[in-house]
Amino acid sequence: MFWGVKVNNRLLLAALGVAIAAWQGHAQARDYISIAGSSTVYPFSTVVAEQLGKAGKLKTPKVESTGTGGGFKLFCGGVGVNYPDIANASRAIKKTEFQNCQRAGVKEIVEVKIGYDGIVVAQSKSAAPLDLTRREIYLALAKRVPDPKCQDCGKLVDNPYQTWKQIKPSLPDSKIEVLGPPPTSGTRDAFAELALEGGCQSFGWIKAWKEKDENEFKSICQAVREDGRYIESGENDNLIVQKLESNPNAVGIFGYSFLEQNADKVSGASVDGVRPDYDSISSGQYTVSRPLFFYVKKAHVGTIPGIENYIAEFTSERAWGEDGYLVDKGLIPMPAPERKQYAADAKRLKPLSM
Amino acid sequence: MNDPPPIGGAPEMSRKSYETVRRGLAKRRAAERRFRCYGLSAILLGLTSLALLFASIVSNGYTAFRQTFVGLDIYFDAELIDPQGNRSPESLATGDYGGLVKRALSKVFPAVSSRSEKRALYSLVSTAAAIELQRRAVREPSLIGKTVKVWLPADDDVDMYVKGHIRRGAGESARRLNDRQLAWIDELIEQGNIEQRFNKTFFTAGDSREPEQAGIWGAAAGSFFTLVVTLALSFPIGIAAAIYLEEFAPKNRWTDLIEVNINNLAAVPSIVFGLLGLAVFINFFDLPRSSPLVGGLVLTFMTLPTIIIAARAAIKSVPPSIREAALGIGASSMQTVFHHVLPLAMPGMLTGAIIGMARALGESAPLLMIGMVAFIVDIPHSVMDPATVLPVQVYLWADSPERGFVERTSAAIIVLLAFLITMNALAVYLRSRFERRW
Repeated sequence: MFWGVKVNNRLLLAALGVAIAAWQGHAQARDYISIAGSSTVYPFSTVVAEQLGKAGKLKTPKVESTGTGGGFKLFCGGVGVNYPDIANASRAIKKTEFQNCQRAGVKEIVEVKIGYDGIVVAQSKSAAPLDLTRREIYLALAKRVPDPKCQDCGKLVDNPYQTWKQIKPSLPDSKIEVLGPPPTSGTRDAFAELALEGGCQSFGWIKAWKEKDENEFKSICQAVREDGRYIESGENDNLIVQKLESNPNAVGIFGYSFLEQNADKVSGASVDGVRPDYDSISSGQYTVSRPLFFYVKKAHVGTIPGIENYIAEFTSERAWGEDGYLVDKGLIPMPAPERKQYAADAKRLKPLSM
Repeated sequence: MNDPPPIGGAPEMSRKSYETVRRGLAKRRAAERRFRCYGLSAILLGLTSLALLFASIVSNGYTAFRQTFVGLDIYFDAELIDPQGNRSPESLATGDYGGLVKRALSKVFPAVSSRSEKRALYSLVSTAAAIELQRRAVREPSLIGKTVKVWLPADDDVDMYVKGHIRRGAGESARRLNDRQLAWIDELIEQGNIEQRFNKTFFTAGDSREPEQAGIWGAAAGSFFTLVVTLALSFPIGIAAAIYLEEFAPKNRWTDLIEVNINNLAAVPSIVFGLLGLAVFINFFDLPRSSPLVGGLVLTFMTLPTIIIAARAAIKSVPPSIREAALGIGASSMQTVFHHVLPLAMPGMLTGAIIGMARALGESAPLLMIGMVAFIVDIPHSVMDPATVLPVQVYLWADSPERGFVERTSAAIIVLLAFLITMNALAVYLRSRFERRW
């Protein structure tokens, strides 16, 4: 009848063994690259990581999808094996984040711009193609808009528009029904900044507000309506694609790579007269697009094996070039001279100054 | 009638109450029928939604267990794959196996000549084909110099087309495959050189960004190591705590406070444990991020309350007569507990532990904070290697743009559900097999 005791002792020993292993383990150096950051850069970063691992010599880097802000928080935690070597970002590093890095001893940071990501306003293939301007997107989705009776009088009202036709007679007479990412998403931030704020600035008197009170201006321009016309659909863009397919009246907001992969089901609306495709996004004609970056901790180069190889692989023409494998995954490449410039700077590990 | 009932009017009373009962009987029976209907419909509703869930997951996911393969006559050309000419594994490792595939494809479609067309043709076969050929050549060097028919994995776009997930009707610009590629695929199908076979990669590989090369083995191994750590810590600690609290601790305000706290902990949102794990294990103890060790420690916090509560209930259900008998013939308190109470309570404790483990297996929120929501290709071999777990793999695939990951997401859910059902079935079996009723 002693089995209960014996089992318990054995389990306790196992637990002790695990604890000891942990203490020994933490002195070990890390032999793989650790990357954290934006979920928008994640699909590209992981492909490069996998290529690096397949080439043989090096272990496959670990890529965490934490969001841009979360990535910088970890990255700027300090220097050492417990902090990531590379931060992925769907926007440039902010001044405060840079200062946090400096304070934690992360002095030299190398910025590498990798290309662009377009945010598309898409709808089912079976619907009549939409032709929008940023101003119309703002009027359809903002929480408060200029009074429709007198748009230049300087009076804001709660968004009264229920159908697209009410915004502009040439638009379809269907209910405004937009599926988009929640506020925690980087895509939502970028969309609010590029499309909503862009459209909002077409009203001169709101634009003038920017000088007076920047916070107030931001809240007017970037706040999204909450009366059910904008439907938060989670971070899962595949779900939005599925919903668009079953509801031709609905409009969805997501990254260009999802449009590219699902071109047989959904099509992108043109914004300010430009349809989203490689050329228009790469040249900057399509206005709702943003640059993507990764940041390298220079202090780790040489300590953690493979960082130079990762940078070289990412900035090679076979990866980020016009025919590269990242383009297959939906990255919009930079024009050739810009690529050359960034590849050279990355190779020299030119530190960022702010 | 208003007169008070005469003394000895019992028959009169009983007739009256009989009348009352009879009048209300139909109503009461109807109420009972209604109540049964409510219960039945509640169960039906639950079963229907469960059936719907299973049906949608299985119908989306079953195709992922098969993968499209292209049969090609590969000539193992020594010139291409054995640069040093000595057939050693080192020399074979540096060969150009992609070249073999390209040559074989060009042989099937000799008319293809322009650069862009060749690119389109070569993209029909997965980039994993080269690695597969290399492994084959190293394993069987006798193949070198011979032509063998080899079945190689097709690219995910081809796979999706063959499985019917890409519509032919849409215009060329709206498809991932152009008209020429579709014509080539049709020709290969006609020749009998495209086949769907069991998708072994899915069960043996780690994560990948190419759907046809992605597997769940890496995540399953991560889940295994995480659960081993969780079980090794939470089971002994949980049972020790339960025994002490039930059998030895005095009943006072302190033990009441502890009991309230344990019950409270069971209801704390799991993300909180993740934050705690980040602060304590990673930032303070310097344990490596993304490791199953830290994951297991965090999940231990989460499952401990469940195990303690279940173990205490199991100990409580052992009748006091057993303890009194043992003490009566001279056993010490510890002997009573370890010789009699614990063995009798063990089935209940195991059930609690398995249900706690099943919950830990399905948990993903607390692992976000400690870096286990990550792209990890290499399969973990110890509790210190970076790893991810099954539910996180489901989440990462669900968020991937490639069409091929839609079915793989559902397939991964099927695997996760299979594990959960097995564990819960084991709990039910243990309970019915070993439980003693008094």
